[in-house]
Amino acid sequence: MPEAVPIRRPRQVTQSALLGEVKGLVYEAGGKRLIDAVDLNIPDDSRTIVMGPNGAGKSLLLRLMHGLLKPRAGRIVWNGRELDSRVRLEQAMVFQRPVLLRRSVAANLRFALKLRGRPADDEIDRLLEEVDLTAQANQPARLLSGGEQQRLALARALATRPRVLFLDEPTASLDPNATAAIETIVQRAHERGTKILFVTHNLGQARRLADDVVFMNQGRIEEHTPADEFFDQPKSQAAIDFLDDCLVSH
Amino acid sequence: MQDFGGAFSLAFSLVLSADPSLLEIILLSLRVSLSAVLLACMIGLPLGTLIAMARFRGRSVALVVLNSLMGLPPVVVGLLIYLLLSNAGPLGWLQLLYTPAAMIVAQTVLIFPIIAALSREVVEQLHTEYAEQFRSLSVPTRQAAAALLWDARYSLLTVALAGFGRAVAEVGAVIIVGGNIDHLTRVMTTAIALETSKGDLGLALALGIVLLSISLSVNAAVMALRLTSARFAYA
Repeated sequence: MPEAVPIRRPRQVTQSALLGEVKGLVYEAGGKRLIDAVDLNIPDDSRTIVMGPNGAGKSLLLRLMHGLLKPRAGRIVWNGRELDSRVRLEQAMVFQRPVLLRRSVAANLRFALKLRGRPADDEIDRLLEEVDLTAQANQPARLLSGGEQQRLALARALATRPRVLFLDEPTASLDPNATAAIETIVQRAHERGTKILFVTHNLGQARRLADDVVFMNQGRIEEHTPADEFFDQPKSQAAIDFLDDCLVSH
Repeated sequence: MQDFGGAFSLAFSLVLSADPSLLEIILLSLRVSLSAVLLACMIGLPLGTLIAMARFRGRSVALVVLNSLMGLPPVVVGLLIYLLLSNAGPLGWLQLLYTPAAMIVAQTVLIFPIIAALSREVVEQLHTEYAEQFRSLSVPTRQAAAALLWDARYSLLTVALAGFGRAVAEVGAVIIVGGNIDHLTRVMTTAIALETSKGDLGLALALGIVLLSISLSVNAAVMALRLTSARFAYA
């Protein structure tokens, strides 16, 4: 099992080139405004961690930025291009509960590779090796453990060679070993140039992974700062309370 | 009062000796019903998948109609197909009336709503589960439909078997469009009806035993498929 990712000193948000821009994003459902006029600059080469209390709109923001939901208002631009189906081809998302096809582990990867026109066996082998699932290649995906299923979901996302990888609390229900394995894979993907946008409630995980932190509360972004600044000197009262709560609960 | 013991004895001897007349009727029944299931699947599976995946105005009405068609009265279907295929009907030129082809058409019409409605339910359930992941992976609609059908294959096979069970046990439609002609359109259900009315309970019972055996086999197959799919976590 891979080792946990060591704590890294974050880079400054302002020094990175911009990969994405969110302007005036609004999302409503059931008559309630769940994302409220969000503006966000997304740096290119960082691991951006999205934090906030339950119901803050973190997962919704990720889904909107990935184009899974349609906003009521606002713009989302990636690499200077409006978010559309072609832009989405350069993105992938891993969900909190992995949705795996009712097929073998290898067949799940083949499906994703075929979508991008390269269903090569050696690519499947490489991905399986990367997520340490080579021995389970021919097993039904749904018989894997929770951690293995999430590693497979991550491998399937990476099979599409995404420029941006969204992760919506992918380790929420995993034990520390399985969490460490996921973090290592994410870290490797980042080192290969994949932009990471990661939602987590886990303060330790955020400290290990974050270069910059987006803190959300009640559908708004309260702050977006380099990680050390957020953890050492949070600006908003909501962030201070959130971090205090996290420290108490851990 | 008939001699039931004698009738059962004759029935078993016909079955065990693989009586040629009995075999001919059984094979025709299977040919007609399996062909109908195949055709009904070719129509019903894509239709069910389309309704499961698409969101369009009038979808609820389409669902109500489809579900209602599951209970089509066989004699009414038989009558409609008869009117279509009779010499005076719009498809009379095909000369299909009183042929196995007409019986296949009638059974197809009877069971395709069953295949479509049940497959819609199966595929929609899976689609709900896969939809967000498919959108994230940007899976084209056609590939998504193919993936859903493939991943639901065990459940869909159960649907097809349910259709076959209904087809092979059906009598009203096939007797109208087939005519129950000996050596040509006589199938198990129509033969049972005829032989019973003639008082030849031996052959009727023999056919009944075969029909029940087929029904039991179909149900056993459905159960085995469910267990297999659950065992391999494909369900």
